Amino acid sequence: MKLKTALLGAVATVSLAPAAFADAHEGERGRDGQLNIIYWQAPSILNPYLSGGTKDLESASLVIEPLGRYDSTGAMVPYLVDEIPTVANGGVSEDLTSITWKLTEGLLWSDGTPLTSADVVFTAEYCMDPEGGCAQLSKFEGVESVEAIDELTVKVTFGAPQPNPYGPFMGGQSPIIQAAQFAECMGAKAPECTDANFGPIGTGPFVVTDFRTNDVIQLVANENYRDPNKPAFATVTFKGGGDATAAGRSVLETGEFDYAWNLQLAPDVIASMAEAGVGTPVSAFGTLVERLEMNLTDPSPSLEEGVRSTAAAPHPFLSDEAVRRALSMAIDRDLLVEVGYGQAGRPTCNLVPGPEVYASTENTGCLVQDIEGAKALLEGAGWVDSNGDGIREKDGVELRILYQTSTNAVRQDFQALIKEWWGEIGVETELRNIDASVFFGGDPGSPDTFQRFYADVEMYANNFDGTDPQAYLSAYTCDKAPKPESQWQGENINRFCDPAYDALVAELGATADQAERSRIAIELNDMLTKDTMTIVPLVDRGRVSAHANTLGGVVLNTWDSELWNAADWYRIGDNR
Amino acid sequence: MTDTTMTATAVEKPRNKWWDVWAQFRTHKGAVAGLAFLVFITLFVTVGPVLWDVDPGKLNIRNKDVRPIYMVIFDGDAKVSWGNPMGTDNLGRDIMANIMAGGRVSLAVGWTAMILAVFIGTLIGVFAGYFKRLDGLLMRFTDLVLALPLLPLLLVMMLLFRDPLRATFGPENGIFILIVTGIGITSWMQTARIVRGDVMALKEREFVLAARSIGTPARRMITRHLLPNVMSPIMVSATLGLATAIITESALSFLGLGFPSDFPTWGKILFDSVDRMTAFPERVIWPGLAISLTVLAVNYIGDGLRDALDPRIRGH
Repeated sequence: MKLKTALLGAVATVSLAPAAFADAHEGERGRDGQLNIIYWQAPSILNPYLSGGTKDLESASLVIEPLGRYDSTGAMVPYLVDEIPTVANGGVSEDLTSITWKLTEGLLWSDGTPLTSADVVFTAEYCMDPEGGCAQLSKFEGVESVEAIDELTVKVTFGAPQPNPYGPFMGGQSPIIQAAQFAECMGAKAPECTDANFGPIGTGPFVVTDFRTNDVIQLVANENYRDPNKPAFATVTFKGGGDATAAGRSVLETGEFDYAWNLQLAPDVIASMAEAGVGTPVSAFGTLVERLEMNLTDPSPSLEEGVRSTAAAPHPFLSDEAVRRALSMAIDRDLLVEVGYGQAGRPTCNLVPGPEVYASTENTGCLVQDIEGAKALLEGAGWVDSNGDGIREKDGVELRILYQTSTNAVRQDFQALIKEWWGEIGVETELRNIDASVFFGGDPGSPDTFQRFYADVEMYANNFDGTDPQAYLSAYTCDKAPKPESQWQGENINRFCDPAYDALVAELGATADQAERSRIAIELNDMLTKDTMTIVPLVDRGRVSAHANTLGGVVLNTWDSELWNAADWYRIGDNR
Repeated sequence: MTDTTMTATAVEKPRNKWWDVWAQFRTHKGAVAGLAFLVFITLFVTVGPVLWDVDPGKLNIRNKDVRPIYMVIFDGDAKVSWGNPMGTDNLGRDIMANIMAGGRVSLAVGWTAMILAVFIGTLIGVFAGYFKRLDGLLMRFTDLVLALPLLPLLLVMMLLFRDPLRATFGPENGIFILIVTGIGITSWMQTARIVRGDVMALKEREFVLAARSIGTPARRMITRHLLPNVMSPIMVSATLGLATAIITESALSFLGLGFPSDFPTWGKILFDSVDRMTAFPERVIWPGLAISLTVLAVNYIGDGLRDALDPRIRGH
């Protein structure tokens, strides 16, 4: 054990300078008192299986943990297991159809009961329940069975060879929940278990003491956490809501909070805040892409509920590929980057901008703005302005677009710019912005969520955790479209449906060779972007967050939850 | 002899009542200043765009972050241009044109919501005060509406009626109707209470008794005898209502609700500028000043009108 600790310490020293610094801050649990975290999108639930929102996933990552996480370089790190199973160590079978996880001995839930393989098996059953509409179902793609071999061993068997068997139980989107707590919450009853969804029992460094929906979470250190010296903080206040500006100010200028997530602010604004010298903005590039999603189904309010924005009603003009392509050609992505992100962004035409092996380098056609080309394309497709009102039409259908996004200064600037460009090619745009907590809230009862998509075009950013885009790309298969029957859950926001795409996703799932996988992933990426213009990527965004200068141990991670190593955070100096 | 008698008769000529009101109003310096400012700001937002012919939504990204022209006095190197006397925002939109366009919306919302609120308030107040049978019912209804919080109510209205109104009247008019109705139906209660009280007092006066004794019907009684006599409290509450409506609209826009993001109002311009408040203070000062001064001006006018319309004060 001693040797192992020493070795781990050595590895940490070599790999990460800040972590090495952390070694000098050993001490008893809870020594550093209070930690204040602010997320300007307020968490509405702490169960990642019922919400696609990043804010919900990340707040939950303080409490519940997966078997392994991705670190800041994209490499896999064991959390609840001793080692990540691979073909080399025998954890993954030679034929790639099964993976066997061995839980670390002696792990306890925060209520003191032992963590067993039954909990892991239950987690899989919970998400894969056919009545449940699990938000992370794509993580369990291809899973045939999950079975407990003994108290600490779990075997996941796939229906076909699975070259990337790290979908289930890896990363912040697929944490382990306690079987005893969620036993009564299977299937359609899942959203009704308020106590469990708002205060899950976990193995993570902190325990929820008070959860107020869309407001604030109070947490205390987990007495049963596996490392007796962690976490350094005794209590955590996780404040949600407000806006990015206020969050940035509270960390960078006033110092009321220690950590602010995702400061999506204009570059000059962040720089002027940082001049106060109280905190530091940190940034890293990942796979976060700000994109326009084209609705392939008709969101018209004249349609009845249940038909509106579902595959039953194709979109009157966005189902025409020429229109989607022209809309993309009219956009000057360089200018968007300059206005919105500065150094923290770069123009892209790819849904999967990284890691390098999966990036489609050929796909650069959208980078140059071409207003005249867009006009010619629309003319050619029969969209002409015959009644002289400045808006093109065809067969009585006018190109009028409702363009929605969340309330955020940079996004409203983007909206204004894009509206102007679309105006130049004869497309009228109506703008709408919706409070971020509602837009990303995933509430099946609200008409304003991004999944519901009651608009023609919407803009937001999304990414995938881990380094493999398979789960991300498989979200665009026909069956994952949000619809009333699935409580409007699902990640195929555009309702894209192409049997060839589904077949290629299946092929990706059966290919192990890295070169071949790259080729298929790039082809899938191209099908969604440059071939069909279903998704119109705008900017590859670096993540910018900020931490107080007195908060140590922060390693910004774009491959998993930003709070992935909150157990290692500590206070610098004595000014607590 | 005859001459002097002639002059005396000429002086007896009756003066117009409104002339007296104006004479009294003029003695209130604040009210006159307020009126002058209201006329100015109204002209600024209505005639202004005709003279200053710049599209408020026109982006000119190469000409962004221009400072107002007076910055030259403090800083010779400041980026200024006579083409944009109040400067431009971070996307190069002209701030002066935006304040004009925004003011038109804010004032239009203010006036329309105020007229709606005063109309409803007077109607309910007069009926409650004049017809004893309706009194209890209408006043309890007033209490009920008083207890409704405005912002959550507007949020619910937004959710329920936004799509149908947008389909019928278009995005901007739909939201305009929604906001005006929202403010209108939640701010008539004070007017109703004041009017009811005055009507009840007037009802017992001798001239009403006299009118009733010659068989004046209720409709005539209200329009001929009661309404003219409660005109002064109505006008005062109307000016206060205008101020409240402008502030409520600004608050809604400031919260990011209400009008679409490309549709400027004073509150919206404030909201968009808060991020860069320290670097470009003028972007919050101008719309903020416009809101505050308009509301202050209207309050002063209300104050002056109250004095001017009260015959007891006017007599002195």
